[in-house]
Amino acid sequence: MLPEAGAFLRYQGRRHLQVALRRPSDIVGPLIFFLMVITLFPIGLGPDPTVLAALAPGILWVVALLSSLVVSGRLFQADFEDGTLEQLVLSPHPLAISAMVEVLCHWLLSGVLLALASPAFAVLLNMPSRAIPVLMTSLALGTLCLSLIGAVAASLTVALRRGGVLLSLLSIPLTVPVLIFGTAAVREAALGYDPSSWLALLGALAAGGCVLAPFAIAAGLRISLEA
Amino acid sequence: MADDLLRLESIDLERGVRRLLTGVSLTVRPGDCWQMLGSNGSGKTSLMRAMAGLTRLGVQGYRGGTDSVLYQGHLPGLKPLLSCRENLRWHGSGRVTCDGQKIDAALARVGLEGYEDTVICQLSAGQQRRVGLARLWLSEALLWLLDEPFTAIDVDGTAILEAQIQHHCATGGGVVFTSHQPTHLPELKVLDLDKYAA
Repeated sequence: MLPEAGAFLRYQGRRHLQVALRRPSDIVGPLIFFLMVITLFPIGLGPDPTVLAALAPGILWVVALLSSLVVSGRLFQADFEDGTLEQLVLSPHPLAISAMVEVLCHWLLSGVLLALASPAFAVLLNMPSRAIPVLMTSLALGTLCLSLIGAVAASLTVALRRGGVLLSLLSIPLTVPVLIFGTAAVREAALGYDPSSWLALLGALAAGGCVLAPFAIAAGLRISLEA
Repeated sequence: MADDLLRLESIDLERGVRRLLTGVSLTVRPGDCWQMLGSNGSGKTSLMRAMAGLTRLGVQGYRGGTDSVLYQGHLPGLKPLLSCRENLRWHGSGRVTCDGQKIDAALARVGLEGYEDTVICQLSAGQQRRVGLARLWLSEALLWLLDEPFTAIDVDGTAILEAQIQHHCATGGGVVFTSHQPTHLPELKVLDLDKYAA
């Protein structure tokens, strides 16, 4: 690492957050999307509170997964179009680490916000209040995994004009374990059992992803810039 | 030679299924200023990207030299929603300029005094190019690879830019640039890609 690396990464993160905060609609949009989809379920399934409560963990998690994939798919789009990505690749600092900074900033503004807002959505679906802390924890950990998976797929599809479908095909199969562990944790908590083993598995996925995904993202970005 | 800034030895370049260039050799030593010439589609940008190390696919031959490179391609590398000063504070080529005065001085040199806090998307195309080129006053990179640096720049701007390129070469740096316009740089070396067309 070069001596300037700390300052470089700090400024890079700050730059990402600054750009995002100047376009707040990109941050609020996914949350509103989430809210709208959640409100569709009582309309489609009928307003029976017991049915909704039983389905709530699955509904919340599937919607979180889809909205997370949609937003993380565009993670590198702007950087690719304005040339920032070229400069990142040429930088003497490891691309894996600078790409990881981007993903973490993105996660802070999407996944963490979603986890913080999730109690409101849980109440809408009549989820027992004892499951809410577990829902928040599992969403925070799970969206980190989803952001990393989405970033790998995004790095490979960023140079394609219409990468949307390919992006979903690449990333959805990889998200299945996250969905299984996440919904299991919330369901166990809602039934009054101890969800810690599921949360531990999610945490392990997140930790493993943080270590391995940056290399895949860096390789994907390099390939995308070859064109 | 260890102190060559860039050395290309018999580079063959392919783009897709088409071979663009064969046998390009080039050595950039400290103080050298090279202009790359060639008709449209002759592979100037592709070769520039290969020099920078952005493209490896379809590039055969030896490429060596310094890691201390500043590459300014067709894309500006600027965030439209950030101001000139915020944009210049960070640069992907690894240099962080924390000193606001230096940034303001660089912006003044490219004729953007008073625009420091203006967001990029409110500037004209030429002004945006100038913000990108202000990096030439902030960078400590030894080798500059500039793809069409004079595009959308007016006569005054071109003169300022040429002076800075000359200054960089005089202080031991090296420059490779592409341009279709005649320049007023002394001791300019020319690499004509049409001679290497495959």
